[in-house]
This record gives sequence, C-alpha cells and structure tokens, in this order.
Amino acid sequence: MSTITLDSKIPSGPIEERWESHKFNMKLVNPANKRKFTVLVVGTGLAGAAAAATLAQLGYQVKCFTFHDSPRRAHSIAAQGGINGAKNYKNDGDSIHRLFYDTVKGGDFRSRESNVHRLAEVSVSIIDQCVSQGVPFAREYGGLLDNRSFGGAQVSRTFYARGQTGQQLLLGAYQALMQQVSLGRVEMHTKTELLDVVTKDGVAAGIVTRDLLTGDVQSWAGHATLLCTGGYGNAFYLSTNAMASNVTAAWRAHKKGALFANPCYTQIHPTCIPASDEFQSKLTLMSESLRNDGRIWVPSKFDDNRAPQDIPENDRDYFLERKYPAFGNLAPRDIASRNAKQVVDEGRGVGPIKNGVYLDFAESIDRLGEETVFERYGNLFDMYERITDENPMKMPMRIYPASHYTMGGLWVDYNLMTNIPGLYALGEANFSDHGANRLGASALMQGLADGYFVAPNTVADYLSGLLGKTPVTTEDPVFTESINTVQDETRRWIGVGGTKSPEYYHRELGKIVWDYCGMARDRNGLEKALSEIPALREEFEKNVRVLGDPDGVNQSLEKVGRVADFFELGELMCRDALMREESCGGHFRVEHQTEEGEAKRDDENYSFVGAWEWEGNGTAATLHKEPLVFETVKPVERSYK
Amino acid sequence: MTATKEPPALTPDISSPMIRKANRRNTFAIIDLYKSSVGKKWIMALTGIMLMGFVLVHMLGNLKMYVGAEDFDQYAEFLRKLLYPIIPETGVLWIFRLGLLAAFGLHIQSAYALTRINSKARPINYQSPRDYVAVNWAARTMRWSGVIVGLFLVWHLADLTWGWANPDFVYGNPYANVVASLERAPIAALYIIANIALGFHLYHGAWSIFQSVGSMSAQFNPRHNPIRRGFAAGFAILVAGVNITFPIAVLTGVVG
Amino acid sequence: MNLTLKVWRQNGPTATGNFETYEATDVKDEMSFLEMLDLVNETLIEDGKEPITFDSDCREGICGTCGLMINGQAHGPQKGTATCQLHMRKFHDGETITIEPWRAAAFPIRKDLMVDRSAFDAIIESGGFITSDTGGGRDANEILIPKAAADTAMDAAACIGCGACVAACPNGAAQLFTSAKLAHLNLLPQGQAERWKRTEDMVETMEMFFGSCTNYGECQEACPKEIPIDFIAMMNRDFLKSKIKNRKLQGQR
Ligand SMILES: Cc1cc2nc3c(=O)[nH]c(=O)nc-3n(C[C@H](O)[C@H](O)[C@H](O)COP(=O)(O)OP(=O)(O)OC[C@H]3O[C@@H](n4cnc5c(N)ncnc54)[C@H](O)[C@@H]3O)c2cc1C
Ligand code: HEM
Ligand code: HEM
Ligand code: SF4
Ligand code: F3S
Ligand code: FES
Repeated sequence: MSTITLDSKIPSGPIEERWESHKFNMKLVNPANKRKFTVLVVGTGLAGAAAAATLAQLGYQVKCFTFHDSPRRAHSIAAQGGINGAKNYKNDGDSIHRLFYDTVKGGDFRSRESNVHRLAEVSVSIIDQCVSQGVPFAREYGGLLDNRSFGGAQVSRTFYARGQTGQQLLLGAYQALMQQVSLGRVEMHTKTELLDVVTKDGVAAGIVTRDLLTGDVQSWAGHATLLCTGGYGNAFYLSTNAMASNVTAAWRAHKKGALFANPCYTQIHPTCIPASDEFQSKLTLMSESLRNDGRIWVPSKFDDNRAPQDIPENDRDYFLERKYPAFGNLAPRDIASRNAKQVVDEGRGVGPIKNGVYLDFAESIDRLGEETVFERYGNLFDMYERITDENPMKMPMRIYPASHYTMGGLWVDYNLMTNIPGLYALGEANFSDHGANRLGASALMQGLADGYFVAPNTVADYLSGLLGKTPVTTEDPVFTESINTVQDETRRWIGVGGTKSPEYYHRELGKIVWDYCGMARDRNGLEKALSEIPALREEFEKNVRVLGDPDGVNQSLEKVGRVADFFELGELMCRDALMREESCGGHFRVEHQTEEGEAKRDDENYSFVGAWEWEGNGTAATLHKEPLVFETVKPVERSYK
Repeated sequence: MTATKEPPALTPDISSPMIRKANRRNTFAIIDLYKSSVGKKWIMALTGIMLMGFVLVHMLGNLKMYVGAEDFDQYAEFLRKLLYPIIPETGVLWIFRLGLLAAFGLHIQSAYALTRINSKARPINYQSPRDYVAVNWAARTMRWSGVIVGLFLVWHLADLTWGWANPDFVYGNPYANVVASLERAPIAALYIIANIALGFHLYHGAWSIFQSVGSMSAQFNPRHNPIRRGFAAGFAILVAGVNITFPIAVLTGVVG
Repeated sequence: MNLTLKVWRQNGPTATGNFETYEATDVKDEMSFLEMLDLVNETLIEDGKEPITFDSDCREGICGTCGLMINGQAHGPQKGTATCQLHMRKFHDGETITIEPWRAAAFPIRKDLMVDRSAFDAIIESGGFITSDTGGGRDANEILIPKAAADTAMDAAACIGCGACVAACPNGAAQLFTSAKLAHLNLLPQGQAERWKRTEDMVETMEMFFGSCTNYGECQEACPKEIPIDFIAMMNRDFLKSKIKNRKLQGQR
C-alpha cells in the first residue's frame, strides 16, 4: 500500500477565470534556458505532434517517438466526423459556456468541471490555429467556414474537412512537426516503440524503447516525458481502432507507479459496419454525421425477412425517434448504441446474420435530392459499398455499435501530469475531460487542446523548477536495469514455443472483454470475466508461438507484448466496472437502470474518479478516489427525451 | 526468381541537415532549372514544340512536290534567300538551322539524362509482370521512337541535304534528289518506318507538352482533355500521314 | 474459394528475395485482402513457419500504411481503393495471385512486403508546411476561401502518403505525392507567402530520391484517393515560376 494522495491541482476562483489565472501564476522558462531542457514526446497523433511541434517552436529540445513508420500515420488520421469549436459562427446560441455545459452533461457528470471549461475555452483558438496552418475545412459559397451539428449537439459547432477531419488536422500538426524537424529542433524517431518508462526516486527520468527495424533496445533521458499514445479500445480486439493501437505505453507507465483512471469508461460507437464473420480483423466506423440525414429503424415484426424497400412504413420501428422525440436519431452515442443492441438482442436485427439496424437515407434523398445527399456523404457511401457491396443510395445501410473510444486512461492533474512528477499524459491516453462518455467531435478537440495549448504551458511550470539541477543520464543504473528487463522480456516470448499466434489470443481475450465488459455489464458477467481472463492469460503465457528473430523486423514479437498488456488491462477494466455500482455514460450496469431502461447514476456514492494503483502481477490493484465537485453545472439525470 | 542486381543503398538519414545543404542554389536560376528534372521536362517540352513546328512546316513545304518540280525547287530557293538581300543568302536559314540544332541537341540530352535518372530510381525491377492501366504503347516507346527518328534524321541529311548517301545527288535540285532517293524501295520503306515512329512519338509528345507546361486539364477542365488528346492525335496523323504519302507517291509514280 | 499465392519473401534490406508459393484455402468473399493474408499467416505460424511481414494499420484506407503490388497493379485491381479496402470478391476461385512489395530505390525493402517510405517525410520536411507557430493565427473566418478553391485544396490534401504512385510509375517518380501536397498548400491564401520557396524546396528534395515524370498517368490510376495528374501540371508551372519570380517584389504583378 502506498501513500498516494490525489491532488488534482485545480486552481481556485470563478470557473471562467481559472485557466487564465493559472497561466499567469505558472512559472515561465527564460528563452535562453529553454534550450537546456530535453522533452521526450511519445506518440505523434494529434496530441503528440501538436505538443512536439509547439514545444520545439518555443525552443525546447524535443525528442519524438512513434512506432509508426511516419508520424503522419498515427491513428488520429482515421477520425472522420469533425472537431468542435465554440465559435458561434452560426449564431445559433452557442458559446464557450454551452460547449462546457454540453460536455459535462454529455460526460454524465463524471468529468472535472475545470478541465472541461478549459477545453471549451481553448477550442476557439484551435480552429484559428488549424486554419492558419492550412487545414482545408469545408467552406460555404461565400468563403466562410461551414459548420454542422454533430451527435448529441443542438447547435452547429462542428468544423469538418469532408469525411477526413482527423486526417487533415493530423497532417496540419504533422507538417508543423516536420518543419521543426527540418530546423533541427525535433529529433524524430520513427519505428521506435516505448517499452518502459524509467523513474528515479519517483520522478520520471526517461524511457526505454525498441527499434522495430533492428531490434535495438535503447534508453533516452529527458527532463519531462509526455505520453501521447492514444486509447486502448483494442482491448476488445474488434474495434474501430487501427490494428497497431495498443495500451503498452500507458500500461508500462502504470506498472511504474502511474495511476490508471476509470478504465471501464469505454465508448461504443453506434454507427459501424456490422462484422460479417469471425475472420474480421477490425470494424469500420461510418461517421456519425450520417445520423444527421439518415433515419434508424428495424422491422417492427420479428423475423421479418422482406427486403427493406418492401417493408411498409407502418411495419417499421424508428426506435430512436419514438423513444427520444427531441433528439431522435441524434441521441448521444451510448443511448443510440444501447438501443440498437436492445432491438438486435430482441431478435429484430437485420442483415445476413441479423446483427445490425438500418440507417436509411431514402427520406433525405426525397427531401434534398440525390445530389445533395451524395455531396454530403459520397465518400462514406463509397467506403461502405467497397466493404459490403451494397449502395446506400439504393439500399439502407446496416450499422451496429462497436468499441470506438476510451475515456479512461492515465490519471492526470489539471496540468496533465500523472502522479509521477515529470510524466505527462495527453490526448486519449489520459482520462481527463470526457467523464463517462465522450461527445462526438470532442476527442480531436481535446487532443489538440492538450498538445497545442495546455501542455506547452504547464510543462514550462514544471521545468522551471529543474533549472540548475543535473538530470539523470542514460548511464544511470535505472536505465541499464530497465534495458535489461526489456531485453529479457522480449526474448522470452521467442522461447515459449507454443502453438497459437498472438493474434489468436488477442481475439479470444477480446471476446471475453466484449461480452462481459462491453455495452451492458452485470456483476455475474464481470466476475466470470475476472476468472476467465487470468485462465486464458495463463494459457497464453505457455502456448503462444512467436517465430523469427528478435533482432530485426518481427511483427509477431511486437504484437505479443501488446497482447500481454491487454490481458492485464482487460482485467482492470472488469475490476473497475465491477467496483462502479452505478450506470453512467458508457458504463452501463444492468443492475442500475431506470424503469425506462436508462442509465441510473449514483451521485452520492460514485461521484469520483476511480484511479487504480498497480500492485504487481497477481495482486489486485488498489483503488484511489478523487472526488468530483460540481459547482457550475448541477448534476441532473441525463435526459434526452 | 531472384533479384539480379545489388540492392540499392538505403535512404539517407532523413533528419540530417544533408538535405538542406544539397539544396544550396545557383545564382543563375536557369542553371538550377536545367539541373532539376522538372526543369528538364520544360526543356523537352519547349524544344519539342520547336521541333513540332519544324516538322509541320517541313511537311507543308514538301506538299509543293505535288504541285510540280519547279514550285518545289523554287520553294527551296525561297528558303535559302529568306530576307535576302538584307541578310546574305542562307543566313536566315542558318539561324533556323542553328536554333533547330540546339533544340534537337537539348531535347536528346534531356531525354538521355531523364532516362538515366529513371533507371536509377528503380534499380531492381518488378519481378512479376506489370499490368498497366493508363500507359499506352506510344508513351512506353518514346525513347525508341525518338531514337529511330534521330537516326533517320542523320540518314535523311546525308541523303537529301549533303548528298553523301545519294549517288544521284545534285546540289540545288531537291525535287530530283527526292525522286532519285525514294525511287529505291528500301529507302522509301525506311522513310515510311521513320515517319510511323515519328507519328507515335508525336501522339504521346503532343499530348504530353500540355501537362509539362502546366495546363491543368486532365480533370479540372474536363472539356479540355478531349481537345488536347484530339490535337495530339490529329497532329501526329497529319504530319506522319502526309509525310508517308511522299515515298508512296514516288514509288507509284504519281510524283516523278 | 481457394487461391494460390505467389508472395515475395525477403529477409532484410540486403538479402536476396524470391517468390514463395502458398495455398490460401477457404477464403470468403467478404474478407479483405489483408484478412486473407492474416489467415495465411495464422496457418504459417501453426506450421512453424515465419509469417509474411506486411504493413497495415487503420485498414480503412486512410493511414497509408498498407500497400502491395497485386498482380502487377499497385493496390490491386480496384480503382480508388487501398490494399486494405480491397475485398476478395474481386478475385475468383482457383486464381493465382502474385504479391510483390513496392519497388523503388527510395523505398528500400525492410522485410518481405514491407518497405521504408521515409523519403516522403523528407519531402514534407523540406517545405510541406505553412509556417504558423502555435497561437499566432487570426480569427479563422477572417480568411475567406471560395468553396470551389477550398474543395480543390481538399482534393489534393486527401493524399494518404501510401506511395502507390511511386510504385505504379514506370519511372519511379513521386510527382503525384509531391504535387498533391504542393497543390494543397499553394492553392490556399494562407500558403501564398511561402509558395515559391516551398515549391522549389520540395521539388528539389523529391528529385534527390525519385525518378522523373514522363506523363504516363499510371500514378493517377493507382492512387487510392484518385488524385489527378493535373496537380503535376500545376507543380511544373509553379516550379518554373519559382525560378523566375523575383520574390523581393512578390506583391508586384
Ligand atoms: C475511426 C475513428 C473515428 C473517430 N472520429 C472522431 C471524430 O470525428 N471526432 C473526434 O473528435 N474524435 C474522433 N475519434 C477519436 C479521436 O480520433 C482520437 O481519440 C484521437 O485522435 C486520439 O489522438 P491521440 O493523439 O491521443 O492518439 P493517437 O492518434 O492514437 O496517436 C497515438 C500515437 O502514439 C504512438 N504510440 C502509441 N504507443 C506507443 C509506444 N508504445 N511507443 C511509441 N509510440 C507509441 C502511436 O504511434 C501514435 O503516433 C475517432 C476515432 C476513431 C478510431
Ligand atoms: C533523337 C531524337 C529524339 C529522342 C531521343 C526523343 C526522345 C524523347 C523523350 C524521351 C521524350 C519524353 C517522353 C515524355 O515526355 O513522355 C520526348 C518528348 C517529346 N518529343 Fe522527342 N525525341 C526525339 C526527337 C523528337 C522530334 C524530332 C520531335 C518533333 C518532331 C520530338 C517531339 C517531342 C515532343 C513534342 C515531346 C513531348 C515533350 C513533353 O512531354 O513535354 N522529339 N522525346
Ligand atoms: C517523306 C518525308 C520527307 C521528305 C520527302 C523530306 C524531304 C526533304 C528535302 C527534299 C530536304 C532538303 C531540302 C533542301 O536541301 O533544300 C529535306 C531537308 C530536311 N529534312 Fe526532310 N523530308 C521528309 C521528312 C523529314 C522528317 C520526318 C524530318 C524530321 C524528323 C525531316 C527533317 C529534315 C531536316 C532537318 C532537313 C534539313 C533542312 C535544312 O536544310 O536545314 N525531314 N527534307
Ligand atoms: S498521391 Fe495517391 S498514390 Fe501517391 S501517396 Fe498520395 S494517396 Fe498514395
Ligand atoms: S505514372 Fe509516373 S510518369 Fe508521371 S504521370 Fe505519373 S508520375
Ligand atoms: S491500412 Fe491504413 S490505408 Fe490501408
């Protein structure tokens, strides 16, 4: 047991002024001294690329790492829908306060008010920054920026670049990063995977990495380390995340003492293409913006095998419009997902294996004309057709929920620092801003907020305290020790000599986590998962087969370490879900629901952040609670009726 | 099957300041331009246009053959006496000749340099057959058709300008020279083959110049693309087609 | 369906490689091409053979990590589709499929079907950005960009950096990739200040690694984002201008 006290370091004062006054109160680093500090940035997604570029612009020495072959390939590239910004360009009543309010409410009152308010404030500068970098956001004919409303919002505040917003934002950040590389201020290390976080006397000293091309294990010392390594949605195996997305960086930090907060808060996205069979390697998201013009329905009758066109209006159940008249098809993600699961579980699912619901554009095509609908969604339709061989202009799409985003992550304070001094977590890798559920178009916003505007300020405050102190060098025994552990660990897998691929175990693990810790959870299931996961893990340790050479490209070897971490994380997710005896946002405990089947929060007992401390293999993690205080937005039952 | 050549050197360290150093520029932009392969494309295109202009005019001039020996010879005389007496006889002609010679030289030099660059860019070829979608035969054989036309030209000059290859050559009597030369079937065949090669070269070349000089019309100006395809095909067929009629006309006695 | 695969295996950048033949059995129509390879790999592992190394990540056609030469076509036979988005319904039972890595001097083979495309990063590094340090931007709506121009910039910006253009080009030229980035930035008002410098820097860096363009148009056909070769034309024009413009008098018409 340890003596960790969770100090969130939230500034005092009126919520609107906290970030401004905090920025003023933080210490600065003199321009001439900035050069003396080395900052390690791990990850080149929106959060990482933005942070690395900005820190380098400010004058710090930055070393940046990614396991991808180019910084541009981070998974942020795949975000389709858009990014929120409280610009109120549409004059529809939006404001920083409303974005703040919507996000707190959307997060089902499980996020920190102060962080969320800062996010909403900064959202405005993000849009300015991106436009000046040349991000080609959609425009109106007059040349002004276009906006649309996006999953769960009643105002149009989402900026978008066709269906490729994440790509364009990431390319903007990547280009800024590459400019700093050319100026010699960022040292870029691609195909380099973090395998350990090194601490000395409880303070972050640097990292240990493996070169994925040569197998070299190397150490890097830095005054501060920023983990911008993305989410852990691949714990479910099937998710909308990229194949290589993993939890390894955050998990290794966790094992070195960083607390892991709210692991059970995972988001299931309602509009993905249903899996077609077992061999499926990942699921594809269809942007939520489709819900703006598509209507979701299933046949009212069970076992209705007619083609969708042949089912008359009064035999259709537009279940979201029916149950949530105010929001209809735009109901928040968790609600939309759960309702889809419900109708499919009832046996009213559609498609060859009855695992989807319809998303129908027929009415919009009538109302707006084929051209407008195609202009809006053409590239998504093409993508859908490539995968399913069906044309959504003629046949309704089939959709089903899939794991998409993880709200949980490393615990950080207001400064985005974990409980290990000098170790920061940014973007999806931290837990901070979305509470129990993330609103659409907010992750891109958070990643860029953390990277462009928050971390560069707060890191300075920490570094200013290090002036004149000698940093730990890579010769220090803490580094050599870590290198040895990593090397042994990596080589060990090749010696196992079992029969099944790491992929196989990942898939099996994913099934357990999805079944018991997915869209709906209950005590029995979670307990079952908590006994099944360790059993499967034991088999995995004995029976996994990794072939080839540790010194060189070896994709199975990369994979096996990631799967091992998913095993440990999967267990913690279930443990967290079991602990949280309430339903909130993406965490739905079947035992805790209203009569109408809605999530029932327990504010009295569970209005806290659950941050877990690693206690070693085989020992249950320890829970630390950070109470949540709501001063501005009073918790109410989240109702989207 | 195994790769036969040495594998290429790995890409240089991309984070190194090497790249910036290599970018150091010449004071004279034109030299930079010539050093770059995009610049060489400009040169190919501009010289290509000049050469096209020449073959077109040359073909039109040769049409005089159908009018009669006198007209044809007069036309040759006219060329020699262009701007005479302001400028001495054959003066203007020489200016043209030098221009063309330079264009031709630059065209070949650029073609050679680009071909070298391109073969270095893929030292180990695909080991399985390629399945091309866009490339047509004319485009793939530019280097061959070019070389054939080039070799032909040397022969052609030796034949009709200097007379070395033509035993019946009489200076200042081009009509008779042409007839004497093309009466021999193998020579006529040579002319036909060379002109077919020229036609192919122009079929891709006359389309390609638009792209090289930056006319954005493949997609952004869709109405424009058929026009430029049509122009290339028309130009190629016109020049090569008419040129081919001459040897045929001589062989069949229409001209003679 | 059952297929015969001829796959290029090569143990490292300097090793000699060769085609190995594998049987892929029980392949379903709905499988993606890479899922088919996953399946082959799992059987290889079970048989104690080293799996085939190939790159992929998003499997949604957006990250640009995947890329294979399939039957002599970059990204395979379907137009506008990256390898990861290609589905097995495009093939038929009993077919023999040949799979090779991208080949270009600037894309050395790392292992089997995986190549190193860092040269693309070098091109971006040399000038593929608009200088705008964080926090310095004006209000986003102060810059007006006509919709049509914004759309064209977006067409160009859609490039995923997969390298299929280079792989498909008989000359191993990276013109389409480079010109797409140039067009994206050069078409926007924000990109004007650095336009000529960017153009000459990027073109010259590109030429350090890649071949030259003879307007074959194969790149456009292979490009999963269907980026048109018009951007190459635009680059040619901008490059010439970059050499003849007097930038000290840039405002002068
Ligand atoms: C399909 C899809 C669509 C989405 N659509 C939207 C949307 O419309 N709007 C929205 O707001 N959000 C959306 N999101 C969510 C959003 O894209 C992500 O949450 C966000 O981009 C995460 O950014 P990041 O910088 O935190 O991490 P990532 O972009 O995931 O980057 C992680 C980086 O860390 C590196 N890394 C990880 N581990 C290691 C390691 N061990 N060693 C070295 N490097 C490592 C990776 O190489 C990568 O560079 C979507 C997500 C998905 C999956
Ligand atoms: C030895 C003789 C020649 C050689 C080796 C040669 C070679 C080439 C090559 C390699 C190209 C580039 C191919 C391409 O861009 O697709 C080219 C282009 C061209 N050539 Fe030639 N050529 C020769 C003679 C000629 C002649 C005599 C003419 C004119 C009548 C001509 C007209 C053109 C044109 C118009 C182009 C297109 C230029 C461009 O794409 O910008 N060439 N030639
Ligand atoms: C069948 C077709 C052709 C005929 C009948 C023909 C005929 C002639 C004749 C009669 C001359 C000599 C003119 C004189 O000395 O006064 C000549 C010169 C020349 N021809 Fe052709 N020609 C033909 C095709 C071509 C082609 C295809 C080319 C180029 C690719 C070409 C290039 C030249 C050149 C460069 C000269 C020298 C011009 C000069 O004196 O400067 N000819 N041709
Ligand atoms: S231009 Fe097309 S083919 Fe080339 S890298 Fe970009 S997306 Fe790939
Ligand atoms: S295929 Fe190659 S030659 Fe040019 S038009 Fe495309 S780069
Ligand atoms: S795997 Fe990302 S584009 Fe194919």
